[in-house]
Amino acid sequence: MTARVDARWAITAVTVVVIVAAVLGLLIVGGYDAPRALAALWNGAFGSSYAVFSATMVRATPLLFVGLAVGLAFRAGVLNIGAEGQLLAGATAAAAVGLAVSGFPRLVALPLALGAGAIAGGAWAGIAGWLKLRFGVLEVISTLMLNFIAAYLVSWLVRGPMQEPTRVYPQTAELAPSVHLPALIDGHRVHFGLMLAVALAIAAWWVLTHTAVGFRVRAVGAGASAAQSAGGIVLSRTTALVFLASGALAGLGGASEVTGVTFALYEGISPGYGYSAIAVALLARLHPLAIIMSALLFGALEAGAAAMQRDANVPSVLASVVEALLVLGVLAFDHARGRRGR
Amino acid sequence: MEFRGRPYRVVSNIAITLQAIDKRFGEIQALRSASLIVRRGTVHAVLGENGAGKTTLMRIAFGMLPADAGSVFIDGKSATLKSSADAISRGLGMVHQHFTLVPAMTAAENIAFGGHGVLDLRKVAARVRHLAERTGLGVDPTARIATLDVGAQQRVEILKALYGNARILILDEPTAVLTPPESEELFAWIRRYVAEGGTVVLVTHKLQEALAIADDVTILRHGRCILTAPAAHLDISSLVHAVTGDETDGLSAIPRRRTPVRGACVARLDAVSAIDARGVTRIRDATIECYAGEIIGVAGVEGSGVHELLRLLAGRLAPGRGTATLPPLIGFVPEDRQRDAVIEEFMLTENFALRGAGVRRGRMPWSTMAAQTAGLMERHDVRAPSPASRARTLSGGNQQKFVVGRELDEHPALVVAENPVRGLDIRATAHVLRELAASADAGSAVVFYSADIDELLPLADRMVVVFAGSVREVPVERSAVANALVGAA
Repeated sequence: MTARVDARWAITAVTVVVIVAAVLGLLIVGGYDAPRALAALWNGAFGSSYAVFSATMVRATPLLFVGLAVGLAFRAGVLNIGAEGQLLAGATAAAAVGLAVSGFPRLVALPLALGAGAIAGGAWAGIAGWLKLRFGVLEVISTLMLNFIAAYLVSWLVRGPMQEPTRVYPQTAELAPSVHLPALIDGHRVHFGLMLAVALAIAAWWVLTHTAVGFRVRAVGAGASAAQSAGGIVLSRTTALVFLASGALAGLGGASEVTGVTFALYEGISPGYGYSAIAVALLARLHPLAIIMSALLFGALEAGAAAMQRDANVPSVLASVVEALLVLGVLAFDHARGRRGR
Repeated sequence: MEFRGRPYRVVSNIAITLQAIDKRFGEIQALRSASLIVRRGTVHAVLGENGAGKTTLMRIAFGMLPADAGSVFIDGKSATLKSSADAISRGLGMVHQHFTLVPAMTAAENIAFGGHGVLDLRKVAARVRHLAERTGLGVDPTARIATLDVGAQQRVEILKALYGNARILILDEPTAVLTPPESEELFAWIRRYVAEGGTVVLVTHKLQEALAIADDVTILRHGRCILTAPAAHLDISSLVHAVTGDETDGLSAIPRRRTPVRGACVARLDAVSAIDARGVTRIRDATIECYAGEIIGVAGVEGSGVHELLRLLAGRLAPGRGTATLPPLIGFVPEDRQRDAVIEEFMLTENFALRGAGVRRGRMPWSTMAAQTAGLMERHDVRAPSPASRARTLSGGNQQKFVVGRELDEHPALVVAENPVRGLDIRATAHVLRELAASADAGSAVVFYSADIDELLPLADRMVVVFAGSVREVPVERSAVANALVGAA
């Protein structure tokens, strides 16, 4: 069994290398300065302590939160593709509460802001959960629609009720230092949110493998009918729990961005983290510990791609192309293996 | 029967010859020099236990699998079959045990699969209707598969093969899903088809059935052909002996009805009705009492509400009206094992842990459970490498022994078994039936449903028949049960 698992991760590693090589080949064909682009990609992601601690890890942090959110939901067969909206809901709530409690000491104010983010994310996903359980609305549709509602809601809030006092910029006022997540390393942008996310990944893994509630989640995802019939598991209860937990993780990701990186809410606070999350989770095959690695990889790709655009004039959307190809490659390979195995 | 398509000249009176076929799957030698000769215009039964290689041999004959060695002749001509399309073009058709129909599409649409060029569904439907009338396989071509019962779905499968001009039909366990009257109808049709020049290869577990309809019988055991003989020269005991390779008589190992010791009433439905999601009443005013130590046989055709009755008793369906008084611990062996009883991607230990998972709290005691699973495998003869084996790697018989063991091990006051021996070979069937009888002897009330009343009668202390939603107790007699099944008094 271990041999089989190892083979799958080896295949993933090979897929990553092959796809990055193929994309570089494309760059050469396209007339770009490929060696320079590759150097920029590497330097931008890992080339300096700034690259690692202020670019790669900063981008990996929200990806880890939302990757966990999506991974947990998918494990239970809940196709939550609304991590983006849940992240925005969490960011909004964290900003609102953070502004309100700025007078409190950090040990009180910060947990309040983060908690508000988690609750708001859970509530946002809970809408989709309620629609599914009450009316049978497919969560693929409802969570996606809720993403748009959340995005436009943020646009309106930062131009209306939550706009900063001077009413010049479409953003909220800046959060007081008492609701800032502390930096992890002095002089770098990586913040305590990364630690929190890693701890949550380990916790998610432990809950899934070692507790009764985690077992229920996995059983419902792997065979809902048997879980219900042989296990007496109440599907609606487990499904509702997963919607809430998944949304809370994504919401916490949004809260961590607001309190750790941007210190204010504005439009476009998320460059599509909630969508990349699907790729992060799938590349890791929904394994919480592997999601740590795939979030770091995607964080590095995005940090490197930004550098590549600056230094070698290669469009940074290339990172998205690579991400998509990675997931397609891994899924196709797993599918082919699965078919041969039968 | 008149066949459309290109005319063919009879060049041999042998329809199929499989010669010295070898086939290996990884470590398992599925077929060892297996041979089969099917005479044209006959019914040829292929018998054997689960895993004897019956289906593998048929898949090779139908071009779905390549043989490692050996040769295939169709109509006396050497045939290298690269795919089932090759086999179909040579006049073969196969009806699989698990149907290959698209539920959301109509019968005509399903039959039209595999065609080429422009699709004129009205023409297809007209041809299907014509074919259905000519062959007596009554099917409405415009009906959606999802709305058809299992017998009608099977007729669609057969029509699909005939639509492709099949002159040789391979039927893999065709009666496994049919009620006795449906089986009779199928056999009547097979006799007509063969009388008109068709050839049928019938793969089955049911020995009586093979003797009743087959001209020739071939028996496979561990991938070898043990015996080929005219059915007229065989009787049940020689078949049992050849199939199992046992000295002991396999059928006598199947338990008989005992003298029940009726204990306390452990479960009771009182004027219970079940109403499905569409508002249709599936069970009307059912009243039934289950006593410790007795086996209640339940019969009912598909759609009669029998599955709803079993689920009401198993506590898996809440009554729409009336009251159900059930014990806290109920063992339930559902009919669709792979959907309702096991999670195929899970390890056996995890599947064991399913029981009671809905109310468990805190941590999962995995090491204790692995040990319990190993004990269960030992006691119930579940053959698998270890408790960490994935359920999907087990054969159907071993999966079922695992499920029965899991559900019976804690001595539940009530056991509900829904078609528990469907698709199992003689040995596994005897094992499961013995377990049910032992469970009753140990003081459980056992509710046992089977689609085959001949499985129920030897075991049942009481018989209950469900017909069109009403539940009625009848004497434990073949004629009484058969009449009640079709609503005759």
